[in-house]
Amino acid sequence: MSAAPLLELDRVSKRFGGLQAVNNLSFTINEGEILGLIGPNGAGKSTLFNLINGVFAPNTGKITFDGVDITGEKPFIVARHGLARTHQIVQPLTNMTVFENCTVGACFGKDNKPLQRARGAAEAAIALTGLDDRRDMLALHLTIAGKKRLELARALAAEPKLLLLDEVLAGLNPTEVEHMIGVIRKIRESGVTILIIEHLMQAIMSLSDRIVVLNYGEKLAEGLPAEVASDTAVIEAYLGDPKLAAELEGHA
Amino acid sequence: MLRRPFFYVIALVIAAFAGLPLIGNNVELRESLVLACVYITLASNLNLMLGYAGYINFGSIVFFGLGGYICVWLIYAHDWPLAVSLLAAGVGVSALALIFGLGILRLRGAFFALSTIGIVEGVQAFAENFTPWGGSSGIYISPQVFQPLGGPARALWVIYFAFVAVMGASLYLSYAIKTSKFGLGLLAIGQNEDAAAILGVPTPRYKALAYSASAFLPAIAGGLYFFKSAFIQPSDAFDLTLSTEAIVICMLGGQGTVSGVALGAFLYEQLRGYLLTSSTFANFQLTIAGVLLLLIVLFFPSGLMGFIYSRLPIAKKVLE
Repeated sequence: MSAAPLLELDRVSKRFGGLQAVNNLSFTINEGEILGLIGPNGAGKSTLFNLINGVFAPNTGKITFDGVDITGEKPFIVARHGLARTHQIVQPLTNMTVFENCTVGACFGKDNKPLQRARGAAEAAIALTGLDDRRDMLALHLTIAGKKRLELARALAAEPKLLLLDEVLAGLNPTEVEHMIGVIRKIRESGVTILIIEHLMQAIMSLSDRIVVLNYGEKLAEGLPAEVASDTAVIEAYLGDPKLAAELEGHA
Repeated sequence: MLRRPFFYVIALVIAAFAGLPLIGNNVELRESLVLACVYITLASNLNLMLGYAGYINFGSIVFFGLGGYICVWLIYAHDWPLAVSLLAAGVGVSALALIFGLGILRLRGAFFALSTIGIVEGVQAFAENFTPWGGSSGIYISPQVFQPLGGPARALWVIYFAFVAVMGASLYLSYAIKTSKFGLGLLAIGQNEDAAAILGVPTPRYKALAYSASAFLPAIAGGLYFFKSAFIQPSDAFDLTLSTEAIVICMLGGQGTVSGVALGAFLYEQLRGYLLTSSTFANFQLTIAGVLLLLIVLFFPSGLMGFIYSRLPIAKKVLE
């Protein structure tokens, strides 16, 4: 593991009108790690993703990715540095096939690959996410689970160093969740660092190496899954239900 | 590109356009095909914005008119040879489009569409008040300019072959862009611009480049067209009707396809020719175009090509 973190947020803040969505937030992600990001609805998790990949520019603070200052850079510049993401609300290129969707991801992601090489990366991402049988289907005809996989495949095709996963498990049935967790583990084994937002507690507790808890745009806690789950502030602010907390503690 | 059958389909179309009027020196057919070439050129290049990048450009005619003005003016005022004037028109209008594009392509949807109409109005007002371009009465060039091309009769043939070349180049440009990485990026923008940017497509640059590329050949076509008529005035050069017709053609043929748009342009020109010369419909030509657009949008949103693909899936392997 290199000494410098792969991604570093330094006192990042974002305000929308009267709402302080993210407030003076700092944390780091090390290479090869899976960092879980949890927090109640409206805690600022998705906004944080949008700040990292350049959809919004932060009002204050600094974001460093792989040694490069990417604060306020446009999304397509950030993507070129090797940072890919999925969306909580799926954003397929509807009238293009699964393969074409992935080729776009591969072409314009890290390395700025030429078309021919991009096709190879797209095929690999499709195979890894298990979309082989739907390779030539239009994205518009996929089921929700299929579209979620496509989000992941497209991001992977870019061969990123860091992958931001925004609730890829939401809305999936238990079998699909299990498959998706398997895929995420395989991605990590291939050397990709992952920052994941997830509401499925069991899943995120078992997947993550470390967890950051957000509440009202501020960092409430940070640590190993077991530490976070037994943190009284977290239980009170987020989990609320002591029975659920006990269950999680047992699991971790 | 050379190994794909579509490359030869385009070559065949060019050969047919160039060859057919030569049989029996058929001047009437030649003049009808000149208009077909103009429509195919305008629609194919509009398709780069409309069909690929998903931006509705109501003002594509401005490239044609401005190209015409630059070319005619260079010949009239500076005695430049036709070929050089045409190239200057193409390059000049493309460069202007790049500058305008970087500005107005920050707008989306209806706002972009409106701004493109604004550009036509603005450029037309400029031409009407710019004395070197003859203001609202325009520029006449003397028939003497046809002399270097071997006299008027022969010049018309030379101009015709130049039109066919511009049309052919438009088809190859559409095809080359569609099968390139640039084209893939444009198609992604057309589907979902925000998602495309997040996937890494440099959206502002790609849109401006597409807008600029879509200006080059129409500007040359405009130069040829107004050189041929030896006269240019603002109301002819910047006629919004032609812009609107180009949009109808893209929808009719199947926006985003190369062959559909070309076929649509050809059929539309034939229909238009028929309507204009028929005593019953002569005054209703645009009404019919409007009804046609309505019917297509309602019942055949993917146009002629969508229909052909659904009936004949093998066509997908040959045509683009």
